[in-house]
Amino acid sequence: MNREKVIFAFFIVLALTLNFGFFIGDTANPDHHNIYELYAAIVVSLIATVLKFGDRTHIGAVLLATSLVADLQLVAASIVWGIAEHVTVGGMTGPVMASVVSLSAGAVLANITSVILLMVETILIRR
Amino acid sequence: MNHILFVLLRRLRAPLITVIVVYAISILGFVLIPGVDDQGKLWRMDFFHAFYFVSFMGSTIGFGEIPYAFTDAQRMWTLVTIYATVVSWLYGIGKMLATFQDQAFIRLMKRLSFVRDVKRLREPFYLVCGYGMTGSRVVEQLNKRGISAVIIDIDQGRIDALETDDLDFNVPGLSADAAEPDVLSEAGLESPYCVGVLPLTDRDSVNLAIAIASKLLAPDRPVICRTESEITTANLASFGTDHIIDPFVTFAEYLALALHAPYKHLAYDWLTNPEHRSITSAYQETRGRWVICGYGRFGRALYQAFKGMPVELTIIDMEPMSVAGDIDFVEGLGTEAVTLEQARIKGAVGLIAGTDDDANNLSIIMTALELNPKLMTVVRQNRSTNARVFAAANTDLVMEPSRIIANNIMSLIKTSLLGDFLDEMVHCKDDVWAHTLVNRMSSVAGDQELDSWAFTLNKSETPALDRAIEEGKAPTLNLFLKDPRGLDRQLSAFPLMLKRQGKIKLLPGELTELLPGDSILFCGLTEAQYQMQWTVANFNVFSHVIGDPDGQGGWLARWYRQRKKHS
Repeated sequence: MNREKVIFAFFIVLALTLNFGFFIGDTANPDHHNIYELYAAIVVSLIATVLKFGDRTHIGAVLLATSLVADLQLVAASIVWGIAEHVTVGGMTGPVMASVVSLSAGAVLANITSVILLMVETILIRR
Repeated sequence: MNHILFVLLRRLRAPLITVIVVYAISILGFVLIPGVDDQGKLWRMDFFHAFYFVSFMGSTIGFGEIPYAFTDAQRMWTLVTIYATVVSWLYGIGKMLATFQDQAFIRLMKRLSFVRDVKRLREPFYLVCGYGMTGSRVVEQLNKRGISAVIIDIDQGRIDALETDDLDFNVPGLSADAAEPDVLSEAGLESPYCVGVLPLTDRDSVNLAIAIASKLLAPDRPVICRTESEITTANLASFGTDHIIDPFVTFAEYLALALHAPYKHLAYDWLTNPEHRSITSAYQETRGRWVICGYGRFGRALYQAFKGMPVELTIIDMEPMSVAGDIDFVEGLGTEAVTLEQARIKGAVGLIAGTDDDANNLSIIMTALELNPKLMTVVRQNRSTNARVFAAANTDLVMEPSRIIANNIMSLIKTSLLGDFLDEMVHCKDDVWAHTLVNRMSSVAGDQELDSWAFTLNKSETPALDRAIEEGKAPTLNLFLKDPRGLDRQLSAFPLMLKRQGKIKLLPGELTELLPGDSILFCGLTEAQYQMQWTVANFNVFSHVIGDPDGQGGWLARWYRQRKKHS
């Protein structure tokens, strides 16, 4: 067993699960979407990105790309949230929440791709 | 090859993760710890404010406790996170600086910047492999002529020297093994601007590898290769290396020429060496017995070159085994009077100090001159930095192999016709002929550098002449020599050779009529070459030179003249 591989897979899967946990629920209902969960998803996603740096294989390059997409989507979601809460007068409303959740849904897709690639890589390894 | 950013990021993986984790924990702490607002009510920092606060705290900017004054619990957490963030930043920055100073990383960056420099070269360049004494001389002379070069050398020290060497423009250099095809490719072997490959390293196997790689990857590039053994020479010739230069053979032939045909040698020297010797330095008394000190590769080549000439040879060397047959031989170094006397130095006509050690060579010459002041001395100078000492040593001839080879290569680069001319002169003409040639060169060039250049009569090189021939005019050779700025003056140049359909004519007469396809080799001052370029390339200047007023001017002027004539 390789400790590095465990950590690598752990962060990739955790990024997906946290992201999915935030995304699930009624799209426009702020009560269904916990901000701490979004925060954790961003942090784990960033760590997963850094872990993928420097892998020169083709699959490594695609993994890095999907991770960067997930980061971008999640950061965009958090910026939308922040602007709604602090900059605009209306505060957090149903439509704004819907756009935050849909941005995070994009990140979920990217994270699923990551996990599929990880599984493909694992299956391809022959002992 | 653009993965330098990824190499950097991979090395910074640990510090980056540390920074992310420390920031995440700090922000989360500020969000969770309750505070109070200005009215004393319970207030929790949200993620936006927490990120804002940690950002300016971590970078030690410190705007204060924003938006409300902190409670003691918040201050305690601030205390913890101040140290945590600063330490994680310092760790990250330290790691980054360490990466930039890492030798492997620096090598990678240098290589990438070299590849970029080569790609940016938008002018013809020569690929020089080996920046030793010969290589540096060739690059210096190329530079003086405004030709670029790209250099590969295995020794980083020599590439460092490249930056401090006195060159007119920036020459990209890489420290790598030129025998690897990848390295050659990165150095621009396949670039359309590469006009030739010069493998000049001191290892035959490397030169061979470079020559083969360049003939396979870019068959059109001319290769001028240095080699030190006959086996490699034959090998190189077998796959079409354009020019092969053996420094020892070249040097020995040069020396033999100097001693047996002094004027031929002077002509040779004037045409190949930019700092040619004066005309009075030709030697007369060369028949008799010569003593050669040092029978290495150089001595062997010398022995071959002297074969069949009316001279006797005595050889002094440390190793008796290397001499074969019935040669007069004395064992020793030659620096002591005893050895030299054994070699009967008093009865000898000349001495060649040809060992590969400069100090020994000088010592040999000085000892020998004490024993026999009338001796003619030839000394081999190995290192160019010793030039001052050798100039002061008062010898008849200083031979610097690297300089001779560099000059040889330069004359091949200037024009291939020069090689033909020198061959023809050395093998088919006598010394009296060479004497008149040298006198003529001397009257043209004086003490200045004698340049040489060639034209081939065709559309691209000599458009004006080509058009004149098409119009039925028959230009003669003396047209070239008229100064377009004043027709009563002659340019400081004269034709050396005319090559017509593979046939060579040396010193063609000035009234020779020219035909399309002729190649003409000139020698003279560089200034004359510029003027000659005008005559052969610009039809107006050409018309002026042949005294044809109808051909001059543009279309409008000609039309106007035509009209005036008719009316």
